[in-house]
Amino acid sequence: MLLTNTQTLIMILAIAAGTMITRFTPFLLFPEKKEVPKYIVYLGKVLPPAMMGLLVVYCFKGISILKGSHGIPEAIATIVTILLHKWKSNVLVSIAGGTVCYMLLVQLIFK
Amino acid sequence: MSKREISIRKAFSAAFPKTIPVLTGFLALGIAYGILMEKNGYGALWSTLMSAIAFCGSMQYVAITLLTAVFNPMQAFIMSLLVNARHLFYGLSMLPKYKGLGKIRGFLIYTLCDETFSIECSVEPPEGVERKYFYFFISLLDYLYWVLGSFLGGVVGNLIKFNTKGLDFALTALFVVLFLEQWKKKENRISCIIGVVCTTIALLVVGATNFVIPAMVLILFVLTIGRKKLCC
Repeated sequence: MLLTNTQTLIMILAIAAGTMITRFTPFLLFPEKKEVPKYIVYLGKVLPPAMMGLLVVYCFKGISILKGSHGIPEAIATIVTILLHKWKSNVLVSIAGGTVCYMLLVQLIFK
Repeated sequence: MSKREISIRKAFSAAFPKTIPVLTGFLALGIAYGILMEKNGYGALWSTLMSAIAFCGSMQYVAITLLTAVFNPMQAFIMSLLVNARHLFYGLSMLPKYKGLGKIRGFLIYTLCDETFSIECSVEPPEGVERKYFYFFISLLDYLYWVLGSFLGGVVGNLIKFNTKGLDFALTALFVVLFLEQWKKKENRISCIIGVVCTTIALLVVGATNFVIPAMVLILFVLTIGRKKLCC
């Protein structure tokens, strides 16, 4: 079933409202002029590395060890990315290398 | 050229290279999104509007199923809150970095997505580049890539002959590399491990559909009880 134009627009606004509440709430709770509680300052320091950990795991959530290609192309491409980064320490080189490697793997070998 | 103009140009040249991985990933995923919307009866206008107004990547994919079901905006609103809850932690992390940036601040918050967050929390503006404009261009470019991708997907998606399968791995690689950048600082390592372990536990226990919020709660819990050990 397809929604009408007005209904679709309302859906977009509802989704945007939900998203923007999650983005703006911290900034509204702790405005620039007020002093931020020590606990929140602490979280601001330790959360970024923890959230990067979350995002990395998040990217691999769809992999099944038992089915399909068993996560092998993802594992190989990730290792290539890490090794390139250790070697050259250049963000773009590591990402391009890892991505090209992954594309070759899923297009040519693990079809 | 005025001083301000020079400062803006400098910030743009410093910011653009940082966003190239997002350019690749967002164009690929944005085009895929536009094609999917088109296939479900929503043309380029709708995919572009959704991307420009809601700008919430993964939730937009979820929303396709909501747009093809019975009209229920309340359900869409609540799902959007839940799927996007991780932004709460991005905001807390960016409080100090987004301080004192004036009018631009509202735009930076509006467009604070996973990719922009991961770049801006890992990368410092180079010497002589104004922080405000540096962040502004990273946020703006990432935003435009996504909107442009969704538009292109709706308009010319079906004409693309080049095999793009796997191109979206650029975003996974981006997160992996920025994770390594966080890892370089010794004091970050425990938090890095906490993030990976807690999320993996949540994923294994709850399953792949609803694990992000349990993972966030677990991370918050561990960081809170470990506060004395992690921080002075």
